[in-house]
Amino acid sequence: MAKDTTMSRAAAKARPRTGVLGGLSHVALLIWALLIILPLLWTFLASFKSNAEIFGDALQLPGQLRLDAWGRAWDKAHVGQYMLNTVVVVFFSTSGTMLFGSMAAYVLARYRFVGNRLIYYYFVAGMAFPIFLALGPLFFVVLQLGLLNSHVGLILVYIAYSLPFTVFFLAAFFRTLPDTVAEAAAIDGASHTRAFFQVMLPMAKPGLISITIFNVLGQWNQYLLPLVLLTDNKDKWVITQGIADISTIAGYEADWPGLFAALSMTILPVMIVYIVFQRQIQSGLGAGALK
Amino acid sequence: MRRLRKYGFVAGFLAFPVALYSVFVIGPYVQAFQISFTDWNGYRSKLRYIGFDNFIRLFDDEVFWQALRNHGILLLVLPIVTVVIALFFAFLLNLGGGPRGAGMRGIWGSKFYRVVFFFPQVLAVAVVGVLFKAVYRPDEGGVVNGALIKVGFEPVGWLIEPDLALWSVIAVMIWQAVGFYVVLFSAGMAAIPKDYFEAAALDGAGRIRLFFSITLPLLRDTVQVGWVYLGIAAFDGFALILVLAGNKGEPDGATTILPVEIWKTAFTYSKVGYASAMGVVLFFLTVTFAVLTLRTTRRERIEL
Repeated sequence: MAKDTTMSRAAAKARPRTGVLGGLSHVALLIWALLIILPLLWTFLASFKSNAEIFGDALQLPGQLRLDAWGRAWDKAHVGQYMLNTVVVVFFSTSGTMLFGSMAAYVLARYRFVGNRLIYYYFVAGMAFPIFLALGPLFFVVLQLGLLNSHVGLILVYIAYSLPFTVFFLAAFFRTLPDTVAEAAAIDGASHTRAFFQVMLPMAKPGLISITIFNVLGQWNQYLLPLVLLTDNKDKWVITQGIADISTIAGYEADWPGLFAALSMTILPVMIVYIVFQRQIQSGLGAGALK
Repeated sequence: MRRLRKYGFVAGFLAFPVALYSVFVIGPYVQAFQISFTDWNGYRSKLRYIGFDNFIRLFDDEVFWQALRNHGILLLVLPIVTVVIALFFAFLLNLGGGPRGAGMRGIWGSKFYRVVFFFPQVLAVAVVGVLFKAVYRPDEGGVVNGALIKVGFEPVGWLIEPDLALWSVIAVMIWQAVGFYVVLFSAGMAAIPKDYFEAAALDGAGRIRLFFSITLPLLRDTVQVGWVYLGIAAFDGFALILVLAGNKGEPDGATTILPVEIWKTAFTYSKVGYASAMGVVLFFLTVTFAVLTLRTTRRERIEL
């Protein structure tokens, strides 16, 4: 350790610019880190404040540790209900996306049949369209199917809109798997379906993990589709809708601590999951962007 | 028999995904193009075609042009600022430690910074919007103005001043986006062989020189991908603007963008035909942007 410092000191002497630059780099990085941490920390602290404290000096710490806002946010503002709804919807929609996306991608990547290219581009074309173009007609399609204001409808729509990228990504992945393994499975008498589920899917695990994370995040954060498809029934809302609504209500009812508690409540679980899985999440999203 | 089984398997695996995708994705898109030529209000059972009337009306629509202008600003500012900041941080984090031992290394604490920088990316845009609505509050209760008042400045109406509101929104988008591109560019930088930096450092190149002469040229592809992604993200500023500025893009349309107008026109004013026409315009803008970016930034690839 001591030796290390003397060495770097010697290096700094040899090239004095490095020291100044290094210091400035640290300052820049630290400022950006604070820009991210401070608003979040402030939100968290504000959830323990009273209304008067919130409207007063923003930089003051809460006078005492009040937990009642958390209770109100959970019960009265239905944050618990919204979270549960979101977990249920995202669980089924991501599972569905992965199942159907990998099935389609596998067949398109590894089987030769008439119309293969056509169907592949049919899926991939979906990535070029802005979702806003479809919004109006989509509402009426879901309405006519009787799926408006239902989780089933939302789940099916999430799956449908996640398919283009999932198929695109996984097809590229399945193409890289060696042929020999599938052939061996066929010789051993495994059916096509069994070869897929028991041999090929496990081999595609790295790709599956990346795209699963990508879909979970995307669907968890979805705001536009629930806004259009789950308008009426508040009991069925997902968390993004709920938070936006609580923010509006907080203006009328002047329950600002409740809003901050609700915000903290939605941010904390995401933060914990993120810290535990940050390596996978970063590489998953990065891989998603690079393919 | 084997062929038959194969085709059965292929059809079985494709049937449901293709059906689902056709009904909920392709169907609505095709209908949107069709509806953009009608004056449909969402209730009438028959479509009445009015030719290009919707598109002609767009030309005289003040709000539409405002949305388009704001869109242009977003499209220009968001990618440039985000890419510059992200490149800077990625370079510091990966190579900022200077040439030491075998090759370059990152600055001290780079792991911590990477984790923190990326975090906003996993937060829902709606949550970020609500968070910053509080941060930007015009009185001393907002954290930014609270700090400004402490230092002796007047509070600023970040989301109220028409000249400032859009920039405040863009700042939030940059706040959220930078971490993702830091990670993206870091992955690109990790792929550059260490000998390049060693050789350049032996020749006496400093860190700034290393960045512009080695890192940047070799990272062109990654930066280009990032650019397209950010351009598309700019088209998606919808949730943030809806939460921060409401569906009219307050103040007075200063922050509205096309998606917000489409949403409002279709679901608040029930002018589905007109909204679809805007959607069609948005579609062609998106495609044009992607093609243009890929075209103009394409140079000869540098082989490693």
